[in-house]
Amino acid sequence: MSNTPFTPGIAPARLAPATLEENFSDLHPRLDDHEALVAADRCYFCHDAPCMTACPTDIDIPLFIRQIATGTPEAAAKTIFQQNILGGMCARVCPTETLCEEVCVREVAEGKPVEIGRLQRYATDTLMEQGVHPFERAAPTGRKIAVVGAGPAGLSCAHRLAMKGHDVTIFEAKPKPGGLNEYGIAYYKSVGGFAEAEVDWLLKIGGITVENGKALGRDLTLGELENDFDAVFLGMGLAGVNALRANGEAKDGVADAVGFIADLRQAEDLATLPVGRNVVVIGGGMTAIDAAVQSKLLGSETVTLVYRRGREAMPASRFEQDLAASKGVRFIFNVMPIEVVGNGSVTALRCEYTRSEGKSLVGTGETFDIPADQVLKAIGQTLGEMPEGLDLAGGKIAVTGAGRTNLAKVWAGGDCAAGGEDLTVTAVAEGRDAAEDIHAMLTEAAG
Amino acid sequence: MADLTTTFCGITSPNPFWLASAPPTDKEYNVRRAFEAGWGGVVWKTLGEAGPPVVNVNGPRYGAIWGADRRLLGLNNIELITDRPLEVNLEEMTRVKKDYPDRALIASLMVPVNEDSWKAILDRVIETGCDGVELNFGCPHGMSERGMGSAVGQVPEYVQQVTEWCKKHSDLPVIVKLTPNITDIRKPAQAAKDGGADAVSLINTINSITSVDLDLFAPEPTIDGKGAHGGYCGPAVKPIALNMVAEITRTPSLAGLPVSGIGGVTTWKDAAEFIALGAGNVQVCTAAMTYGFKIVQEMISGLSQYLDEKGMSSVDELVGRAVPNLSDWQHLNLNYVTKARIDQEACIKCGRCYAACEDTSHQAISMSEDRTFEVIDAECVACNLCVNVCPVEGCITMERMEPGTTDPRTGKVVEEEYANWTTHPNNPGSCAAE
Repeated sequence: MSNTPFTPGIAPARLAPATLEENFSDLHPRLDDHEALVAADRCYFCHDAPCMTACPTDIDIPLFIRQIATGTPEAAAKTIFQQNILGGMCARVCPTETLCEEVCVREVAEGKPVEIGRLQRYATDTLMEQGVHPFERAAPTGRKIAVVGAGPAGLSCAHRLAMKGHDVTIFEAKPKPGGLNEYGIAYYKSVGGFAEAEVDWLLKIGGITVENGKALGRDLTLGELENDFDAVFLGMGLAGVNALRANGEAKDGVADAVGFIADLRQAEDLATLPVGRNVVVIGGGMTAIDAAVQSKLLGSETVTLVYRRGREAMPASRFEQDLAASKGVRFIFNVMPIEVVGNGSVTALRCEYTRSEGKSLVGTGETFDIPADQVLKAIGQTLGEMPEGLDLAGGKIAVTGAGRTNLAKVWAGGDCAAGGEDLTVTAVAEGRDAAEDIHAMLTEAAG
Repeated sequence: MADLTTTFCGITSPNPFWLASAPPTDKEYNVRRAFEAGWGGVVWKTLGEAGPPVVNVNGPRYGAIWGADRRLLGLNNIELITDRPLEVNLEEMTRVKKDYPDRALIASLMVPVNEDSWKAILDRVIETGCDGVELNFGCPHGMSERGMGSAVGQVPEYVQQVTEWCKKHSDLPVIVKLTPNITDIRKPAQAAKDGGADAVSLINTINSITSVDLDLFAPEPTIDGKGAHGGYCGPAVKPIALNMVAEITRTPSLAGLPVSGIGGVTTWKDAAEFIALGAGNVQVCTAAMTYGFKIVQEMISGLSQYLDEKGMSSVDELVGRAVPNLSDWQHLNLNYVTKARIDQEACIKCGRCYAACEDTSHQAISMSEDRTFEVIDAECVACNLCVNVCPVEGCITMERMEPGTTDPRTGKVVEEEYANWTTHPNNPGSCAAE
């Protein structure tokens, strides 16, 4: 007898394989040719378009949509990749509802934006499926640059540097490159091994070596990199997670949402993944939403997301909240966890209602218990141990301009660097801009 | 509820919506279904001489252009006249007319330019009981290579001659269908009238190549790698058709000549526009070929509603209502000064007006940091391009400047009196007249 959503405790295979497969299929399947033409036709080709301004990588959106509308999605893809070499992944994971599509004049006018994200995917998929890499390397410069972290920031930086003719070595702590694209996003946002395929496609530019299993601090030091390379780009993301600081946090069944999502992404068979009958997710960001939705999709009977502030303060967009609600995730706002209840294993999460007092949140004294076999913490990530001599700001690497750190040969970008939202697209922009800055500095020095 | 019954050159039909002579009217099966759907009349697919019928190509007959969502905007065809035996068509016409006595049934004809041929065909079609004949002087492809269709319509003398023969050899109302592939549509219309025509119908299709296959380097539709020009119709040709209809209805020597309006009629509104420009009824083809016969129901309900809203009790009251307002450029009021006005509430800040004006017109729209677009009156010449490119209907309007106010562009006071080019000081002709 296989398990069901009502099986007590934490158990795998709560749903039939076919149901799991359906639950974790592509959230927004690629538009077909006709759908793309219809969607593209809705674009007004705005002057100085607000969508372009809203895009962290400044993609010329009206131009690429017009290129789709005229039957040249390959040209559209080049327009996208010129600004954002990870345009394929961004088309899948960007919170477009808070970026380009939020400011689309048709969103403002009709509440129905041009489907920019899906059009971008249509274009980028078209070119990538042809196996075409649209850029060529410049003549070799003989310069060597080290990139730490093969996530969106590092890959973007490495690609731009390689394109300029430099030799790049990427050091990646994990066994596979891709960073959060590979390990950190919801399964149904990027299916079919796209993250891995995208990295392979990106590396076709040539001139980039990836060394997996090499972590800064563990296998290499910043000093070595500074000595061995002409420049260093740090894009290693956030390795640590915040602690709950509630009693009973160490009980069995309490885990980090980041790890839960990574396990899901790497699972060969979704039916092998254990999940609680009653799951409580703590947090209000994308990680919390992704963990909650996917728990439900794996077959949990109840999934409750608790957030310490009100809905309006929640970092996850309304679109993401509604998606979660539609899958059956229950939201409780204005509550904080105060104790993990249980004898050895968690049985409930005790919460207390909160209210704002000035800038801080305080408990109201009213508490309640939510039954829980599994508690997933998604309350923010931290930088972890950093090399000495690197200035930090607000718990991240301090940068000025295009990712310049206080060290002359060291740049940083992506989630590990201060400033900018922790988004894939922002990381891509920061990596690209740092590469341009590194290139400018190296050529200036040479000239 | 307005009565849509229309009497066009003596032929009465329950509404002014006729199907034009074309593939939809090529056989009894289609025509019966059209009448069941509500069409007021049918011009049967053009009949040729007795004997072996014409043959059509066996590759594609149509080519098209499309707008958004593959909406068909223009259709091109290289089909010839009916390729079914004359006898079959005549038998079917007789049966259909007998079963639908209240509907108009017109025989479209095309035979070589000699009196005997026309007399022969007329003798045959009279027997069907049809209500009239339409002389196909319009088809610009295929048959024109054999001296028929538009080859006749392009020579006013031929038009008059054939019309005279038809009037001589039958008592039926004669409608002359005109080709637009001509410099001045009034000439063949006048020839038709002089020949005794009871009405003209226009436009037939326009010479066209819809597109070129960029892999085969061949015009579309492509037959075994080659293409021939066809006849263009559908929504895209409506403005051309409206102008040609109006050219006729506003010409004093052609006054009173009934006009059947053809060319891109797709909705009741298109029909109402043709009628307002003087058409007594309309003929439809492409819209039916695109959407089926049912569209006539929308045309009937829409036109009825419009007439009711305008307090008109019949189609006749609408006929020609816009003709007196059609003028020559030289008589347009140069003291009518307008400026574009942007409704900031309605504006969605796309900036298309700005791009159009800044790049291609008069730099008369400003753009602020927060994407507020405003008209600079000192530069605005009231060209209307901003209105045309704005995606929001009614957002930009052209507002008339009050007489007595000063136009900041010209520095001149706007005068109340009407004044046109003929009296303008810059017109050398006006000086000479003094």
